[in-house]
Amino acid sequence: MTDMIKKTGISRRNLLKTGAAAVAGAAVGSGAITGFPTIWAQNPITLRQFGTGVSNLNAIAEKCKADLGITLEMTATDSDAAAQRAVTQPDSYDIADIEYWILKKVFPTGVIQPMEISKLKYYDKIVPLFKTGKLTPDSVIAQGTAPHTVGFVEAKDSKEFAKGETEFFTMVPTIYNADTLGIRPDLVGREITTWADIMDPAFKGKTSILNIPSIGIMDAAMIMEAMGNITYADKGNMTTAEIDATIDFLIKAKQDGQFRAFWKSFDESVNLMASGEVVIQSMWSPAVAAVRSKGIACKYQPLKEGYRSWGGGLGLAAHLEGAQLDAAYEYINWYTSGWVGGYLNRQGYYSAAMDTAKEYMSEDEWGYWIEGKPAVGEIKAPDGTVMEKAGAVRDGGSFLERMGHVACWNSVMDEDRYMVRRWNEFIAA
Amino acid sequence: MNNLLSRATPYLQATPLLIILGFFLALPILLLLVVSFWDYDFAGMYPGFMTFNYAETLGSWVTWKTYGNTLKFAAIVWAITAFIGFWVAYFLAFHVRKASTQTVLFLVCTVPFLTSNIIRMISWIPVLGRNGLVNSALVGAGIVDQPVEWLLYSDFAVILAMVHLYALFMVTPIFNTMMRIDKSLVEAARDGGASDWQIIWNVILPLAKPGIAIGSIFVVTLVMADFSTVQVMSGGQSASVALMMRNQMSLLQYPAAAANAVVLLIVVLSMVAGILRIVDIRKEL
Repeated sequence: MTDMIKKTGISRRNLLKTGAAAVAGAAVGSGAITGFPTIWAQNPITLRQFGTGVSNLNAIAEKCKADLGITLEMTATDSDAAAQRAVTQPDSYDIADIEYWILKKVFPTGVIQPMEISKLKYYDKIVPLFKTGKLTPDSVIAQGTAPHTVGFVEAKDSKEFAKGETEFFTMVPTIYNADTLGIRPDLVGREITTWADIMDPAFKGKTSILNIPSIGIMDAAMIMEAMGNITYADKGNMTTAEIDATIDFLIKAKQDGQFRAFWKSFDESVNLMASGEVVIQSMWSPAVAAVRSKGIACKYQPLKEGYRSWGGGLGLAAHLEGAQLDAAYEYINWYTSGWVGGYLNRQGYYSAAMDTAKEYMSEDEWGYWIEGKPAVGEIKAPDGTVMEKAGAVRDGGSFLERMGHVACWNSVMDEDRYMVRRWNEFIAA
Repeated sequence: MNNLLSRATPYLQATPLLIILGFFLALPILLLLVVSFWDYDFAGMYPGFMTFNYAETLGSWVTWKTYGNTLKFAAIVWAITAFIGFWVAYFLAFHVRKASTQTVLFLVCTVPFLTSNIIRMISWIPVLGRNGLVNSALVGAGIVDQPVEWLLYSDFAVILAMVHLYALFMVTPIFNTMMRIDKSLVEAARDGGASDWQIIWNVILPLAKPGIAIGSIFVVTLVMADFSTVQVMSGGQSASVALMMRNQMSLLQYPAAAANAVVLLIVVLSMVAGILRIVDIRKEL
């Protein structure tokens, strides 16, 4: 009996060794983890990550386990629940995967600890958009909660955001994109060039905007400004008078029958577009891809006023220390080292460390997704489905053209509660 | 001792129901009431005794307009389902002679209910849409030049879907009471020289009232509490009380939603009390 147990024990240990070696071998072979200690394979560590963005992607957890031996437990929530959980249950997570406007609400409560930039291996590879707010030296800084405005603090225990770059980073940016209006090029019957086109009487009863107050109000603001009705001091932080003007305008447009519907979820936006109920509407880029995958023409139309942008990142929970904190830094360094960046870029999002991501993308992929060149061969999503055929060009063009024309970032307003109340009036009106 | 036991028996018999209702009905409603007086922000709820949740709810024209809208849906859907329910039940109870046929036909009525509520609702969208079945047929037949826009994402669509979803809740109780009507009463009326319409109006309708009342309670409470049908079929263009609550909850404004729920509870209970006032449902059961 004892003998038997011993035998099992030995064989299991052998199995573990072989397994670890195989993993390490595969990793070395792919060149993924050169320079990373494989210590976590022997000393298993679990990091609990929750949030809205990359927490939805299981492939990242699997690859992280294979490369680092760190188990990622991921929980995906919607943004309001994420904000609440970040503040009320700070011990329930190790890594917060949240958008920058949520960080603005959450960070002052002290649940996120700033990162030491000296420990971030690829800090210098992170695009300047997240450091200075300018993608290129001559870019204009966008309105709203721009990531760089909440990206730094002066000291480790500071609760206030710093004006410029410091030694302490609040979050490492992970995933971001530029949103605009989606159109049915076969049904609009003319060139669409501005956000104001959604209010064209020709499209009466054939338009839609999204019914998520914090984002919908921004789209409405882009439309208002494009029509020349108002000029906001900061679209991302309206005064009550500006909110009133915007909502009154929306209510009037609704009563005139300009909108066909208001959508709340991703699939609703896809169905509205695919069925031809609407021809121009607020949309997210994966929804445009979903309509196109049905063989229906759909374009993510660049507009002259620019994009409404959003971005998220990973923050460290305040309670992390010792080996867990080291593992968290290890994870974040792995994260920015390229594989994840390539994965996100191939989904049509953008990675924060573009240079490292480039190494994990084929020349054609890089050309299509980032440089705005026509695809040479078929462009495939990470899961292998064909997204675009040869010759296709990405709507809006290159990374620099798209992220270089951000008009405003998703944001949280000081008059948030008032805005939500007025938004509900718009829906009820 | 024996006396004590016999006196305690009814209480013991009532205990299981008391526990179930206490835990699953009274306690949650009590919590709802307590929370509706709390303060809140994006991060959490703070115990206290604030009345501004009620002040905000009752003081806003949105609430009144939304209640008006919801009551309008309730009234129209009630009238249509009561009409349909009465005639379907009348046909089943008095025109179908064989009990087995009755059972089969009644089961046929329930067939659509074997699928989910949401599916039955969403399946209207491809039928009513701009390029949907109805519009294709109308345009194809040359009856209209342009697709009819008000079929989908309108009050019409909401009411159509609600009638579809809730009609059976009217049919079943009316059918049930009609089956209990003594056939000899109908025969006596006929012998007395009453016409078909007189029999329906003076004999069957009064005797079917408890069924209509029970069906009305079902339909009215379901419509008053509905949020998904209104959201999906109106394309988010129309508001209902429950939808307003759901919006508040998705923004984590739980105390505001709780205050709203308490107001709705009071309104619906008064409506049910009104129905029971008019018809004594126990009399005829």
